[in-house]
Amino acid sequence: MEIRTTTTYEIIEVCLLAGKIMLSSGAETYRVEDTMTRIAASYGIRSSHSFVTPTGIIFSMDGNDPTKLIRISERSTDLRKVTNVNSISRQISSGELTAKEALVKLKEIEVSNLAYPKWLQIFAAFIASGCFMIMYQGLWTDFLVACFAGGLGFSALVYLHKLLEIKFFAEFIASLIIGTFAFIAVSYNLGTYVDKIIIGAVMPLVPGLLITNAVRDLITGHLVSGIAKGAEAFLTASAIGSGIAVALIFL
Amino acid sequence: MITQLITSFIASAAFGVIFNAPKGSLVKCGFIGMAGWFVYYMLYSRDVSSIMATLVASLIVAIISQFFAKLYKMPVIIFSVAGIIPLVPGGLSYDAMRHFVENDYNIAIQLAAKVIMLSGAIAMGLLFSEVINQLHQKFIKRRKLTGTLEGD
Repeated sequence: MEIRTTTTYEIIEVCLLAGKIMLSSGAETYRVEDTMTRIAASYGIRSSHSFVTPTGIIFSMDGNDPTKLIRISERSTDLRKVTNVNSISRQISSGELTAKEALVKLKEIEVSNLAYPKWLQIFAAFIASGCFMIMYQGLWTDFLVACFAGGLGFSALVYLHKLLEIKFFAEFIASLIIGTFAFIAVSYNLGTYVDKIIIGAVMPLVPGLLITNAVRDLITGHLVSGIAKGAEAFLTASAIGSGIAVALIFL
Repeated sequence: MITQLITSFIASAAFGVIFNAPKGSLVKCGFIGMAGWFVYYMLYSRDVSSIMATLVASLIVAIISQFFAKLYKMPVIIFSVAGIIPLVPGGLSYDAMRHFVENDYNIAIQLAAKVIMLSGAIAMGLLFSEVINQLHQKFIKRRKLTGTLEGD
């Protein structure tokens, strides 16, 4: 009997940890729930309930087993972690991993830092800004200005996010920098269209994924997480908007 | 046109880097983004409304993503995220915000409504392909079932 309880605890732990990593790496709500029930099912627990919101997961099994809650305080987009957890859940489903082994592996993933180096991310934002500016029918002469504005804004976001821990302010100041930079560049005749430059440069910060995920959650019936993600997207959008607005007003 | 294709490819792949997609999938991310933007751009330049164009483009993106996901055994989200990035109405939401700031609420509300419609269209496109996929799988399952029944 005692052995059984410890394994149930382990199974719950595995499910919650997998859910936590996936959710804080930006996986969709339905996928998180699906993965958790699947892991539970492949360890022989037929019916389990999970309630997934962007800020926390509640997981429970039928019967006398405990219900557990896990808090999620930080969310970002890290698709590699999602992929890794996904492949572990595949291995569990095919019976290759015991609960104990899976727990060890998941813990490894949780603390691992597989991100691309910071300079590469900033360079990606740099290039993406310029490309977006061209896609929105901007001029090639504005290309470098948009690149620099976007790169500057993104590196400010990365740095400030570490410093401040309040996402809203980091985004606000990053877009303020973008706006100011674009205005100065145009007033010194380095660029032509302020609007296009700003739109391109702001794209790496725009919560496009969040908005789409929010609408999708709402349509599929995950009402709580849909509303919560929508609120987060709205906050980010208004942070960016007000940052640009301040630059617009003062310059 | 070619510059549009190249820039959308690079932009989507760069977003793959920002979202920390696995190394092997970056080129595929770029390709899907390019395909989506190509469809959108072709439709939009032929006077199809931007909402319809976005819907069709995101449907195409989702179908290719699901195909790739099955092919490479990776979660769909890796491909679909990068694919929809060019379709996201970032420029429009910027315009809306700008009009809000300039106290031009009438136009601002109009633009904001359009932003909501466009993101709804993207989500609908993604969902449609999921529904198609589910139906397809159910169909296969049923055919297998009836096949075994007939075999008996």
